[in-house]
Amino acid sequence: MASRPELQAPPEIFYNDEEARKYTSSSRIIEIQAQLTERALELLALPDDGIPRLLLDIGCGSGLSGETLTENGHHWIGLDISQSMLDVALEREAEGDLILADMGQGLGIRPGVLDGAISISAVQVCFFPSTSYHFILTQYLLPMTFHLDKQWLCNADKSCHEPRKRLKAFFESLYRCLARGARAVMQVYPENLAQRELILSYAMRAGFSGGVVVDYPHSTKKRKEYLVLTCGPPSLSTATPKGKAEDEESCSDDTGSEDEKNQTVCVSDRHRPRKKQKLNKKGKGREWVLKKKEQMRRKGNAVPPDSKYTARKRKARF
Amino acid sequence: MRLITHNMIKLFLLGEFTNESPMGIEVEKMEVRKVGFNPYFLKKMFDWVNYNALVEASKIMGYAELPDVADPSMLESEEFLRKFHHALLELHLEEGSLVCPETGRKYPVNKGIPELRPYYDEV
Repeated sequence: MASRPELQAPPEIFYNDEEARKYTSSSRIIEIQAQLTERALELLALPDDGIPRLLLDIGCGSGLSGETLTENGHHWIGLDISQSMLDVALEREAEGDLILADMGQGLGIRPGVLDGAISISAVQVCFFPSTSYHFILTQYLLPMTFHLDKQWLCNADKSCHEPRKRLKAFFESLYRCLARGARAVMQVYPENLAQRELILSYAMRAGFSGGVVVDYPHSTKKRKEYLVLTCGPPSLSTATPKGKAEDEESCSDDTGSEDEKNQTVCVSDRHRPRKKQKLNKKGKGREWVLKKKEQMRRKGNAVPPDSKYTARKRKARF
Repeated sequence: MRLITHNMIKLFLLGEFTNESPMGIEVEKMEVRKVGFNPYFLKKMFDWVNYNALVEASKIMGYAELPDVADPSMLESEEFLRKFHHALLELHLEEGSLVCPETGRKYPVNKGIPELRPYYDEV
């Protein structure tokens, strides 16, 4: 746990030249970032008319997510707090424009000009004062996220970093700079329910509508949460899309169990309750009784005459 | 940094707005990089861009071809769109600084990256 980046220093200090290069040269991280960005773009639901859009990449880092945006033909403006990460982005010849800024102090963008905003593993929010800061971080053990968090919106390392104020500034400025009906998709890893609710509540207070989309909710590794926020009041068109594999009962358990099914005996009948079997059997019925009586009469036996009481059931307390 | 980004930047630091006037530019070094031309994107951006600020900025960057006044009907002409495209997307400010119109504070631009962080002691 000692190598968790956030445990060592705030992002602008931890991501020095060496760390930034390490981060960007890992093919695994590049692949994951590309996947996350693709999914975020999908959730942005930009109209499919081939016109490039102007997007904001919050916490763009070394421009890995921006590369995917460029491949999809969009113009983007990237924002990050780490100078070293941005230097790597320059080396990688990121197509978008880069700005060195701190999103917790608000985005310096003119109102209503952006078609959308994405943020990949960057809005990593720590809401609590420095006493519980480290405790929360050590509780936070998702293996996939190990190298991914880049920017803590609320690093409690500096006295002016007051989490709630920063969250408020961030969401309010984001709301302002997005066009009406535009979406912001943020991939987040909230540590607990309270955190998720706090992020969402600040987003709602800023005027966003939307919610959390969870991909692969049953898998610990593949599970991803996206905050999908829409500018403007809730409506049908702004309904939160469904996460991937949300409907499946359990993804990983079912796969590969086909062989087992062929080998095991079907035992469902064995567990059927006995009483139910009896209940299913019908009584012999009036016709059957009348038929039998007729047979006995033909044989010459003494048989009582038929009446309305024939083949009726006795009462229980007889 | 392209002029489209310069046009979009508006300082907002912990709740305090600067007014609508754009950031000033001081150029030490600039570059021109060609990018693909897409008229649809330009037409869409035309509504959003602060055109006067773009003309001002492109003049400071040494590109004076853009007409001072533009109206949406000019978007039909390919010639204007080419100029607009060049000013908006191809002029890069590499070294220099952005100047806040209100306080006069300079935000340095290094290797094309503007540093828009307020100093913590000021906040």
